[in-house]
Amino acid sequence: MNTHDNGAKNTLLTPGNVITAIILLVGLFITVLRFTKGIGSVTALDDNNPWGIWISFDLLCGVVLAAGGYTTTSAYYLFGLKHFRSAVRPAITSAFLGYAFVVFALHYDVGQPWRLVYPIFVSQGTTSILFEVGLCVFLYVTVLAIEFSPAVWEWLGIKKLRSLVLPLTIPLTILGVILSTMHQSSLGALYLIAPSKMHPLWYSSFIPVFFFISSMFAGMSMVIFEGILAHKGLHGKMDALHLKQADGVVLAFGKASAFVMMGYLFIRFYGVAMDNNFKYLFTGYGLWFLVETIGFVALPAFLYAMGARERNVSLMKIAAVITVLGVVLNRFNVSQVAFNYQLDASERYFPHWMEIGVSVFVVTLIITAYRFICTKMPVMYEHPEYKDAH
Amino acid sequence: MDTVFYSYHDFMLATKTITYVLMGLGLFGLLGFWLFLTGRDEPIRKY
Repeated sequence: MNTHDNGAKNTLLTPGNVITAIILLVGLFITVLRFTKGIGSVTALDDNNPWGIWISFDLLCGVVLAAGGYTTTSAYYLFGLKHFRSAVRPAITSAFLGYAFVVFALHYDVGQPWRLVYPIFVSQGTTSILFEVGLCVFLYVTVLAIEFSPAVWEWLGIKKLRSLVLPLTIPLTILGVILSTMHQSSLGALYLIAPSKMHPLWYSSFIPVFFFISSMFAGMSMVIFEGILAHKGLHGKMDALHLKQADGVVLAFGKASAFVMMGYLFIRFYGVAMDNNFKYLFTGYGLWFLVETIGFVALPAFLYAMGARERNVSLMKIAAVITVLGVVLNRFNVSQVAFNYQLDASERYFPHWMEIGVSVFVVTLIITAYRFICTKMPVMYEHPEYKDAH
Repeated sequence: MDTVFYSYHDFMLATKTITYVLMGLGLFGLLGFWLFLTGRDEPIRKY
């Protein structure tokens, strides 16, 4: 275990902390405004565009980028790939935080936080896809909280609770995969209701499949991407096993991502072919579609493959960054760019600065919470009392 | 240039034909990509 602190600088007035404090203060101000003056006071939403970047970024991107939880736990616990051991806890931590803050951010959109439990416990809309998404996210946050909890019990030294939760690991992992399969695809299925509002290149009856398959490589790429950030900011918290396995995790996940991405690329074009939409490829939207599919799917898949062939970890990290950006681009394209594409430019949605402020606030909260957890709890290293115990 | 379809059957026949041809090409493409991806992997030890 290597938990030494770098240097003796104990001042809180670092540039990073000051920027974080400013973002949090602005975020709190907007939060008060949103819950006292209403959603219209802080957003540019209207009847044509009821879902803005809080749905596109905080929810759609938040959920897909938290998919590293189910991919990593499946690799380690279900497929028995032991070289993913050191990646399991960081992946579960980021997935748990990702989903928890998706639910947190959802409050800004729906308002009335005390009614958040209504769709589950009071008035179930069982014919709605959104109900399925809500139920799955509710259950999966619970699953992730239990999966994450051993790190808390180890930190607090509560051995009884830890030993109570540990036997549940495999069933919870299986449940996590089932729930992820359901709600990742259902988020795409939400858009099946609006065929006339979406551009034909992005609308497809296969959109749930696109969302689910893209969540696989998004999750794996996000684990690699988070690893890059963690090695910069939390290197001192990593133990020897974590450092030893880091490159192997990148190579294995990069290789898997490459193959899944190539499959995804093909089915995206099958979607175009099934609806006879090739003619749209030669329009402005078509060019943008090609930028998304070739520039942010085919290119990183090829870079991953080159990295796998040459065992070039740096190249794979570049591919991971492009992939993560590509998935974010895809979710924005589906929910914003291609949505309501037929409206005049004056009627199209552009986010209010306070909407962007809330998204930045939420991301900052996630990073702050992640840093706190990784600094205090055995996430990047194994607790000395429980070595080889998970 | 936009093809005109006079019946749903014509539309399905045309689009499914193209899709199945693309699927065949995709299978070969994926096989080729897999060989490219794993081309320099160490051979699996069988002892």
